[in-house]
Amino acid sequence: MDSMTLVAVASIVTAGLTTGIGCMAPALGEGRSVATALTALAQQPDASSTITRTLFVGLAMIESTAIYCFVVSMILIFANPFWNHVIAQATKK
Amino acid sequence: MRLSPDQWIFWQRGFVKLNATIVFTWGLMLVLAVGSKLVTRKLSMDLQRSRWQSLLEIIVTGIEKQIKDVGLREPRKYLDFLGTLFLFVALASFCNIIPGYEPPTGSLSTTTALALCVFVAVPLFGIREQGLGGYLKSYAEPTLLMLPFNIISELSRTLALAVRLFGNMMSGAMIIAILLTITPFVFPIVMTALGLLTGMVQAYIFSILAAVYIAAATRSGKSKANTKSKTGAAPAPEPKPVTP
Repeated sequence: MDSMTLVAVASIVTAGLTTGIGCMAPALGEGRSVATALTALAQQPDASSTITRTLFVGLAMIESTAIYCFVVSMILIFANPFWNHVIAQATKK
Repeated sequence: MRLSPDQWIFWQRGFVKLNATIVFTWGLMLVLAVGSKLVTRKLSMDLQRSRWQSLLEIIVTGIEKQIKDVGLREPRKYLDFLGTLFLFVALASFCNIIPGYEPPTGSLSTTTALALCVFVAVPLFGIREQGLGGYLKSYAEPTLLMLPFNIISELSRTLALAVRLFGNMMSGAMIIAILLTITPFVFPIVMTALGLLTGMVQAYIFSILAAVYIAAATRSGKSKANTKSKTGAAPAPEPKPVTP
C-alpha cells in the first residue's frame, strides 16, 4: 500500500470508530440521566419545570461529547487535512 | 456534498465573498427586525389586541420567565441579549421548512460568532453587576489555585457552545442529505420534523446556557451567606400560594 491508500484507510476506519465508540458512552449517560429524571418526576411532579430544565441542560452537556465525536469524524471524511496534504504532495510530483 | 453553507457562494469579487451563510443570516435579521417593527408599530393596551401582538407577548414573557427561573432576578436587563440569541437560533432552524433554505447556524463561523458574543457578554454583565474588582475576584473564587482552571473553563465552554450548535445543525442537514440518496421519499421528511425539534431544543439550550453563565458571573462574587439564604429560601415560598 502506498501512503495515499494508507491515509485513506486510516481516515475512514477512524471516522467510523470515532462515531461508533463515541456514541456509546453518551448514550449510556443520557439513558441514566433520563431514567433518574423520570424517577424524580414521578416522586415530585410539582418540581417538573425545574427538573425538565435541568435535564435538558444536562442532556445537552452530555450530548455535546457525542457531537464532538461526530464533528471529528465528519472532518476526517469531508475536510481531512492529512488527505489534503497527501493530495498536494501527489500533485507536486 | 457540502459540509456547511459557507461553501455555497452566490457572488464573489476578489476576496469578498457572499456565501449562503451571510445571505441567510441577513434574511433572518431582516425578518426578525422588520417583523418585530411591524408588530410593535401599533401596540394596544385594551382588550382588543392583534394576533401578532399576542404572539410576541407570549414569546417575550416566556423568555423572561425562563431567564428568571435560571436565577437572574432582573430578567429585563438580559432579555434583549438572551432573547435575541434564542430568537435567532430558533428562527434559523425553524425556517428549515422553506425549500432551498439552509440554516446559517449549520456553519461553524455563525456559531463561533454567537459563542463569542456570549464570551464577551458574560464578563461585561459581570463587571456591570459587581464591578471590575469583584468580577476579577470571582476567577480566584474558591482559592487562587483555581485561577487557571477558571480561565480554561471560560474558553472551553465557549468552544463547546460553538461546536455543539454547529454539530447539531450540521448533523441534521447531513443526515437528511444522506437519507435523500438512500430513501428519497418518506424518511427525509421525518428527519426534517425531528430536525425542527432538535433545532428548538438547541436554541433553548444555547440561550439557557448563556443565561446560566451570565447568572454565574453576576452572582458569584456577592456575599455567600446571601446566596445561601436565597437558595434556601427561594424554593420555599413558591409552593405556599398553591397549597391554600
